[in-house]
Amino acid sequence: MISKLFQFLSSLRLTVVLLGLGVVVVFFGTLGQTSDGLYVAQEQYFRSWFAYWTPHGSTFPVVPLPGGYLLGTMLVINLIVAHFTRFKWTWSKSGIFLTHIGIILLLLGQLATDMLARESIMSFREGDTRNYSESSMDFELAFLRSAGSNTLDQVVAIPAVRLKPGDELHHELLPFGIRVKDAYENARIRLRAPVMDSNRPPAATQGVGARIVIDAQPPTRTMDARNVPAAVIELSGPSNLGTWAVSGELKPQTVTVEGTEWRLEYRSVRDYKPFALTLLKTTHETYPGTDIPKNFQSRVRLRNTESHEDREVDIYMNSPLRYGGYTFFQYQMGKEQLADGGRGTSALQVVRNPSWITPYLGCILVGVGLLVQFLMHLTKFIARRKPRAA
Amino acid sequence: MKQRLPLIITALFALWILGALMPRRDPEYAFGAFGRLPVVFNGRLQPVDSLARNSLTRIREKDTANLEPAKAWYERPKILSATEWLLTLMTRPEVADGWKVFRVDHPELKAMLKLPEPNPAAGEDGKHYSWNQFGETGLKQIEESARNIQENKKDSSLRNAFDNATLGLYEAMTLYLRLKNTVHPQDTVRFASEIADYQKAIPAGVRAFQQRMTGSGTFDTNALTEVFGHAERYFVTLRGEPPLLIPPASGGDATFAWQRIGEALLEPSFGAPLLKHLMRVPKAELSPEAAAEGIRLAGTRPLSPAVGHWAAMADAFRESQVAGFNTAVAGYQTYLESLRLGKGLTKTAREQLYNSFAPFSKTAALYIVAFLFSCGFWFNFAEWSRKTSLHLVQLAFVVHTLGLIARMWLEGRPPVTNLYSSAIFIGWGAVGLGLILESFWKNAIGLAVATVIGFSTQIVAHNLALGGDTMVMLQAVLDTNFWLATHVVIVTLGYAATYVAGFLAILYVLLGFFTKVMNADMGKSLSRMVYGILCFATLFSFVGTVLGGIWADQSWGRFWGWDPKENGALIIVLWNALILHARWGGMVRERGIMNLAIFGNIVTSWSWFGTNLLGVGLHSYGFMSGAFTALMVFVGSQCVLIALGLIPQAKWRSFSAAAGGTVRTGSATV
Repeated sequence: MISKLFQFLSSLRLTVVLLGLGVVVVFFGTLGQTSDGLYVAQEQYFRSWFAYWTPHGSTFPVVPLPGGYLLGTMLVINLIVAHFTRFKWTWSKSGIFLTHIGIILLLLGQLATDMLARESIMSFREGDTRNYSESSMDFELAFLRSAGSNTLDQVVAIPAVRLKPGDELHHELLPFGIRVKDAYENARIRLRAPVMDSNRPPAATQGVGARIVIDAQPPTRTMDARNVPAAVIELSGPSNLGTWAVSGELKPQTVTVEGTEWRLEYRSVRDYKPFALTLLKTTHETYPGTDIPKNFQSRVRLRNTESHEDREVDIYMNSPLRYGGYTFFQYQMGKEQLADGGRGTSALQVVRNPSWITPYLGCILVGVGLLVQFLMHLTKFIARRKPRAA
Repeated sequence: MKQRLPLIITALFALWILGALMPRRDPEYAFGAFGRLPVVFNGRLQPVDSLARNSLTRIREKDTANLEPAKAWYERPKILSATEWLLTLMTRPEVADGWKVFRVDHPELKAMLKLPEPNPAAGEDGKHYSWNQFGETGLKQIEESARNIQENKKDSSLRNAFDNATLGLYEAMTLYLRLKNTVHPQDTVRFASEIADYQKAIPAGVRAFQQRMTGSGTFDTNALTEVFGHAERYFVTLRGEPPLLIPPASGGDATFAWQRIGEALLEPSFGAPLLKHLMRVPKAELSPEAAAEGIRLAGTRPLSPAVGHWAAMADAFRESQVAGFNTAVAGYQTYLESLRLGKGLTKTAREQLYNSFAPFSKTAALYIVAFLFSCGFWFNFAEWSRKTSLHLVQLAFVVHTLGLIARMWLEGRPPVTNLYSSAIFIGWGAVGLGLILESFWKNAIGLAVATVIGFSTQIVAHNLALGGDTMVMLQAVLDTNFWLATHVVIVTLGYAATYVAGFLAILYVLLGFFTKVMNADMGKSLSRMVYGILCFATLFSFVGTVLGGIWADQSWGRFWGWDPKENGALIIVLWNALILHARWGGMVRERGIMNLAIFGNIVTSWSWFGTNLLGVGLHSYGFMSGAFTALMVFVGSQCVLIALGLIPQAKWRSFSAAAGGTVRTGSATV
């Protein structure tokens, strides 16, 4: 029984089936991007164990498929078991060995990247300094209390996913409880028009919420738009503090509880760094007489008070800054900065990926492995032909 | 005699090719010299010749202008070179507007614009129309429908053939208008004297302008009106964003200092800073200090001498003065040489030579002829036929290679920078592989595959070139010769190799099913070829794909982003690996591998073209409905071939017992 299982797991037949399924999944995962957007398709087909392909317009899933995780895992198992059972090391197979080790490294590396890599955005105007980057997807509800000028702010941040209507949240540092009345994955804020909106009460009783209404929006899935979540919360401490509307579109609001001021903010999740970047200058060039971008470049000043580093760096396409385990890539640049007196804006993509080296190693191993193997084939082939041709 | 035949035939073709390289003399106007003059368009320095050819190709799908399209070729219709057409359009638009250079095919579009039916007696061929034939109402209709489509069908996959035809014509018209105002406003009568009047009016006009802006005393209204009257005309030419004609007086290699003729004319009166402000999009406020400085600097710049040269050329051509035109062109050339434009002038001269040589249309012709000779070898088994084919392919390969090198030199880039050049390069790679195969197996199979892929990729490239300039500048993210030279070249060679394997397999099926040419020996050698090429394809597509990942990691921190083009490349790798493993595991035999390899053609085409059609991701170039249809037809044809391949070999004409084994497969059988 077990030997049969091993036979199955190590078989070339399984390899061929897995490769074939790989072709199918990648194909459908690519098609899925046209209707669902890159992010959703990626989650559905590649970062999953099982997937279903739903044709455009159909409401129920039709084609069941293995997900990327399942295929990757099976391929790794197949390779490893095959090497322990079926394969015997010989010099003539060294290329295949190298190739397979490289493939395993690539698959594991991709898995590690999936688990460990973090991407965020650092966006600023010329002259601004940032010591944090912001998530491009996730929001958090932050309560901040200024703790005097010399010490850092006290911050309590609640991830957006924890905000479910009806839930009550408490935190030891907060002198009040939070009851979630409404939560929106994507919403737009607008000023309440007293006549037109006469049948809609304001979103909340306190702060700016008393003057606005929240329009729920369908969640967006495209690459170039993002969801802006919103929520209505009720704060109750020693006294009732009323309801508050919070949204990624709103500026911070202030709540006063027993003489202390708390700042209330629904913002992108932040990742603080032990160093700071200052945007000094942005450059945005196009080819003469066209709109084709030629160069985006940000000149930044990097300061680390701990290591006493202070230097200026240029970040541009294909030339990122690698520092402190992070890599900063030129991502977007505002065009309107050309106006006189206006300050240029720049957004840097910030990536932390501890396993970034694996693809490099994997590529070298597989490349060399395939080359060795095929060159051996070729030389043998030519050697065999020669005496006949003569 | 038969032994010499291959060399004689090849030598004749070589002479034909060399003939195209000979410089041609202009009988009257120096169009050749004029075509070499540099302009900046699409962000790059190019000869007028390229601007003319690319624009005309965009408008009428050919790089010559046939003024009498209703006449058959033997009736000798009047055909102009692209340069002559462009020069006429720029200097005598009233004449060019009557020439039938717009190609319109869609019947509904023709009906909407009330364009005449074919009628040779009246000079109508039903395909080509002149600017005047559209009329005011036609122009308005086209503009409105195009706007309507752009707004209501933003997603280009929603557009139907009529929409695409409308947009295509609208773009062609926009380009035509852009070109019209390149040298001077389109209603100019004598440009040189107009400029002289303008220059005379500048000093007084600028003084009046400065007095008015600073509020210091009274100013001469007449002087101001006169300068502004000129200036308004030049501003209007700028609105169409014409090509940049005027080189910087300081010379140098850089293209960003080039100016449109309108800018060069406006600068002497407004001064550089003020003009820059006036042309800014979007409009912005000027700080009081900057405004004062701009007003102070008005009238301090001299007029570029290049403007005068262009005026002389334009006036002479408009007045049909052959000698005057030729002297003016020579005069401008001397001026340009004094400017030290770096390698600019050499580049434009060589690009013109490249254009007129048209290496890839020559190789396409050679590939067809060579293919016929390789087929001849299988049916009458004459070695001279194979040799002829071999030499012709070798000749074509040399020309193909030279064409690639010329493009690389002109662009200063590795061979593949866009879809057009990828087609050229896939063809080159496949022909190279075919020649290698032929050197091992001397049975014309490698030659047949080389010529078929070589020719088909030229057809693909030709159709891609209808979109205009094939050497456009690269977006910032692609602007790296290192990755273009490694990732792009290697992955494209991977495509080429997968196609070679697929076409070898097609040959196996077609020759096997329909002819008695195939026997066990030839089948075995084909299967070895496919295997060897597949190994090569796996290596290249794998390494190329992973290098692409590393590039992505270098430029935006993500090794693998599941971008459609990445996925396409990954599918090729997976498919090739699948075929190899299936063979090693004994799951498929000769015929099975062939069928899998034919499917590889579908996989590769999807990766090469299909992923770009999806309209998502970093490599998408928008939906091309023509390409989509072509892709579907190709996929369908491959499916038919696979179906043929699935029919048991007993029913094939070859391999069956009746076929007999009288086929010679070259001097070395394996």
